[in-house]
Amino acid sequence: MNDNQTAPITPAKTKSEKQVIEINELRKGFGPQEVLKNVSLQLFNGENLVVLGKSGSGKSVLIKCIVSLLKPEHGTINVLGENVSELTSDGLGEMRKKIGFLFQSGALYDSMTVKQNLEFPLRRIKKDLTQQEIDEKVIEVLENVGLADALNKMPSQLSGGMRKRISLARTIVVDPMIMLYDEPTTGLDPVTSDEISSLINDVQKKYKTSSIIITHDIECARTTANRVIMLHDGEVYQEGELEKFEKSTDPLIKSFFK
Amino acid sequence: MKKFSPVIKGIPNLQGAKKHVIRLSEKTIEKTVEANSFFSEVASVFLFISCTIKESFSRDFEFREFLRQCFQIGYKSLPLISVTGIIMGLVLTIQSRPALVNFGAVSLLPGMVTISLIREMGPVITALICAGKIGSGMGAELGSMKVTEQIDAMEVSSTNPIRFLVVTRVLAATLMIPILVLYADGLGILGSWAGANIKGDVTFILFFSQAFGHVQFLDFFPAFIKTFFFGAVIGLVGCYKGYTAGRGTESVGIAANSAVVLSSLLVIIVDLIAVQITDML
Ligand SMILES: Nc1ncnc2c1ncn2[C@@H]1O[C@H](COP(=O)(O)OP(=O)(O)O)[C@@H](O)[C@H]1O
Ligand SMILES: [Mg+2]
Repeated sequence: MNDNQTAPITPAKTKSEKQVIEINELRKGFGPQEVLKNVSLQLFNGENLVVLGKSGSGKSVLIKCIVSLLKPEHGTINVLGENVSELTSDGLGEMRKKIGFLFQSGALYDSMTVKQNLEFPLRRIKKDLTQQEIDEKVIEVLENVGLADALNKMPSQLSGGMRKRISLARTIVVDPMIMLYDEPTTGLDPVTSDEISSLINDVQKKYKTSSIIITHDIECARTTANRVIMLHDGEVYQEGELEKFEKSTDPLIKSFFK
Repeated sequence: MKKFSPVIKGIPNLQGAKKHVIRLSEKTIEKTVEANSFFSEVASVFLFISCTIKESFSRDFEFREFLRQCFQIGYKSLPLISVTGIIMGLVLTIQSRPALVNFGAVSLLPGMVTISLIREMGPVITALICAGKIGSGMGAELGSMKVTEQIDAMEVSSTNPIRFLVVTRVLAATLMIPILVLYADGLGILGSWAGANIKGDVTFILFFSQAFGHVQFLDFFPAFIKTFFFGAVIGLVGCYKGYTAGRGTESVGIAANSAVVLSSLLVIIVDLIAVQITDML
């Protein structure tokens, strides 16, 4: 799966009207600081939605609101037809099982080996698996991210790119329906970034996920996007297909698409 | 307002007074904000403790993590506690000896040292050392897990981080610190026997019969009970400080540091309360 240097993997073509995430008039701030002022967006079934925005524009805050790690001040978030803020704690747990969240820093558990890191969500989300099924599943996803030999390493022994991939493996191991990627390529060299971007497309095709990909890396956006949304000043600044952004004459958008 | 303005103009000092009033109201607002953050901190402490207690009784207890923590807290502290325990008994004996020699009461030395070890020195010194070692460890570990989003990651994979991280650590500390204290007491008495033999010559058997001849149930039992509270306090403070660490790496250091300071202080305060209660028995 890594021999795609010649023909870069493109995102799957999608055309679906079914919304998996719908955000309306979301507002969130911290004390006097207003981070998100009024954000509305939809994620359609099977698509890769890239959310662009400069550092500190509230991209991470946005997806943390989706999984209810942060509570919005105003607005509604519907995930798979359910209003997130109205869920009970059990309901929230059920909803989170369907969502994979790739953290910006990777967030691998430092005190556990790679294998234990992958087993952790698996044991808790898919409670009826036997040890053998767990082992097989762990090996399968590690092979998917091309790191089967890292099984017994500690996170501190891995490079930045490897951490990102293990982290991605830990997220997809429980077969989520929705993936939220928080800056998957930030801080990586261009070659590794490309590999991660094509992994994102692989995941979309293989596991039929709908994804929100947060980034300020334009190459990653070019590789993965079915649709793009740009955040600026706490609001959706522009929305549309990638070409619309590439051709735009708006100075703010052009500063991204150099 | 208009009615008074001629009057106000008539008082030359009023401009100065106005400044004072403004300063005063600014100060009031500042203090209110401070008080507010103090009360919200108190509220969050109570919320944290009640969540921890609630989750302790949840059906899925994280037994493996609990055992791992017992190992970390108990077994890994043994070398430190061993050295401290022996030296504690040794030093206490050497220091007390001259005073007892003056009264010709050297035979009371083992009993006196043992009682002070069991009642006070063993529990408090062990707890203070554990506050340093375990409290800072928990503060730093949970703090860095918070900063690197590991706690968030746990939460989104449908695991309650309080149940997995906090309950296991607090319970492990509550169980392990009493055991460490007993161990330190034992080694302290051995150290005391060694100390008694520097200037005198006491057989092991004689020393022990003298040592335990004076120890009563009320010397041991309340002191043992309070060590469970020491353990709980150290675990709760360490976890609270780590769990509520801010954003950014510097907050890890702050969490570890304030965990040690606060848990040491609370150990002393709990000891004071325990001594008052024991005194009434
Ligand atoms: N938990 C929080 N507490 C306080 N401020 C926060 C918190 N999370 C984010 N912020 C602030 O919100 C703003 C946007 O942060 P973030 O969403 O992380 O930006 P980015 O778009 O780079 O991901 C930043 O100014 C940050 O300081
Ligand atoms: Mg971010």
